[in-house]
Amino acid sequence: MAEAQTGRRRAKKPRLAVWKFTSCDGCQLTLLDLEDELLAIAEALEIAYFPEATSRPLRGRYDLSLVEGSITTPEERERILEVRRRSRHLVAIGACATAGGIQALRNFADVAEYARIVYARPDYIRTLASSTPISDHVPVDFELRGCPIAKHQLLETVAAFLHGRRPHIPTHSVCAECKLAGNACVLVGAGTPCLGPATRAGCGALCPSFGRGCYGCFGPMENPNPPSLSDRLAALGMEKETLRRFWRSFNAGAPDFRRESARHGP
Amino acid sequence: MARKTIKVGYLSRVEGEARLELSIRDGTVRAARLAIFESPRFFEALLRGRHFDEAVDINARICGICPVAYQMSTVHAVEDAFGIRIAGPLRALRRLIYCGEWIESHALHICMLHAPDFLGYESAIAMARDHPQAVTRGLALKKAGNAILAKLGGREIHPVNIRVGGFYRVPRKRELAELVDPLERARDLALETVRWVAGFDFPRSERPYTFVALRHGREYPFNEGRVASSDGLDIPVRAYDAHFEEYQVPHSTALRSRIRGAGHYLTGPLARYHLNADLLRPVAREAAKEAGLGPSCRNPYTSILVRAVEVLHACDEALAILADYEEPEQPAVAVEPKAGVGHGATEAPRGLLYHRYVLDGEGIIRDARIVPPTAQNQAVIEEDLVEHVQRSLDLPEEALRHRCEQTVRNHDPCISCATHFLKLEVERE
Ligand code: SF4
Repeated sequence: MAEAQTGRRRAKKPRLAVWKFTSCDGCQLTLLDLEDELLAIAEALEIAYFPEATSRPLRGRYDLSLVEGSITTPEERERILEVRRRSRHLVAIGACATAGGIQALRNFADVAEYARIVYARPDYIRTLASSTPISDHVPVDFELRGCPIAKHQLLETVAAFLHGRRPHIPTHSVCAECKLAGNACVLVGAGTPCLGPATRAGCGALCPSFGRGCYGCFGPMENPNPPSLSDRLAALGMEKETLRRFWRSFNAGAPDFRRESARHGP
Repeated sequence: MARKTIKVGYLSRVEGEARLELSIRDGTVRAARLAIFESPRFFEALLRGRHFDEAVDINARICGICPVAYQMSTVHAVEDAFGIRIAGPLRALRRLIYCGEWIESHALHICMLHAPDFLGYESAIAMARDHPQAVTRGLALKKAGNAILAKLGGREIHPVNIRVGGFYRVPRKRELAELVDPLERARDLALETVRWVAGFDFPRSERPYTFVALRHGREYPFNEGRVASSDGLDIPVRAYDAHFEEYQVPHSTALRSRIRGAGHYLTGPLARYHLNADLLRPVAREAAKEAGLGPSCRNPYTSILVRAVEVLHACDEALAILADYEEPEQPAVAVEPKAGVGHGATEAPRGLLYHRYVLDGEGIIRDARIVPPTAQNQAVIEEDLVEHVQRSLDLPEEALRHRCEQTVRNHDPCISCATHFLKLEVERE
């Protein structure tokens, strides 16, 4: 009937799938937050699998898979292999999928202890000792950073894959965005601790625009120099323990930030 | 013995992952289990040793759909521990950003996730072919809510501007004034949405819920109030632990809640409405009446209507806040950390969200407890399922499965919060 017909008519459009692993759903919500573009996107490609938004079941292969979330359970470790098999292009979206997310704080702790703190019956809980990015498990075609990802970067990435080109996503630091926004430097001016000099652009220098320091939710820029930033922060009076926590949040599992946080404590 | 199994791979159009299992024997539904298999993220554990300022941003990441709720319950709990009260324009701005989240989250649920159930579509995108106006209206409403979040919070998801004591930066009067036009339009769209939803064909139901919500007394609740129930409970937030308890069942990674010595309860729009309907803005009260809602509503299928009324309320409330706004002198009050215990509860779009922190003198969190609305509602969702499946057993399997999913979606479960969702297994013997 109509369903089968639509199926045929739409078969030529590229098929998009959105997958969730361990996450807060915020990055996939970014797609639904494209209120002005959503229906046009749905015209240009077939939203073939997106359980948060549609009850259409899983079937076949997908031209572009957006993967949100990190791998934290044995089941997820298997499921990501299946997602990779079904996907021509696979893009990891967000800090969870590209660095393990905030839940990667367990990587620095004892997960059994974590489970005991939260659950009266930790034995009901099945989980892995660490939270790891998608690229630790399968080849990833592109990584989009941010906690959450930025709308315009998502649009650019989807458009790029539709046209068979690489997305134009900057890899420089938030500092460049601050200059563009005409912000006075919060670090130099107000002495406010800021991770901007080591953090990748994408947010539009959001936190400094609100008078606070960047907390690194887009993860490391290309070739950052975290030790020199730490020296700067220490000179402002930041203690070792605070420094360790500062580097260890939403992108705690990203190698550049992980190494730096480890220099300041276990 | 005839035995049959129906499977639904994954509960769609909810935020998170879960599975539903029904066991039916001799034509009677014996049990319904909502199995939440959202991977645990251990927030209460990873918060230990973090500074309260960090907790505000960390907790937002519990849920991408209602980050403001998590940030608000956090700041209120910490402020409770430090003995800080927020008044005047800062308090009004907090209510304003909460309005934005209710509008955004409710509009998403009403138009994108739940309405397709009533009109027979797999998604809002499919629904848009036949009901383009309804879908564009939903998106426009959502956008208006998000505009508040972006203006006041910096971005829609995981806003960066909320802190203990107030905000990092407060908007100028003229910046906020830019929200007036879009919100006036949104208020019209919200009223149209109430009327549209009121015309849906609602399955009949009358459930004996115990409702739990904040009650403030002068305002429809967002940030403040006492915890009240339809059975007469009326306690300060700090007495929450004495009256409510959490327990765990093997089939789920979410903890559940009950009233000590009593039983399960429902939180969320129906509960807020029952306990506070007289405090809705007049325009929302009128619309509710015109839509046929009485002073209380126990039909879970009409929760979508109450949500629509709340969107209208939030648009009007936001406009009232904008009209009265005076720039505060400071973006935040002074914060002096103090060792102690703090409790906070606010009304997330999905219901009561309780936090408790033990803090040391440096403001470092030593212990954290977070009780999200979906965890509180989970048991009631199962009870709803038993009741409604029993009445729908004659339906063909596809229709039965659909009815189950719709029944779950009545409560807009946010499984990411509760710890994600749905695979339906029906075992018939
Ligand atoms: S990266 Fe951040 S916003 Fe995206 S899913 Fe993870 S926690 Fe949510």
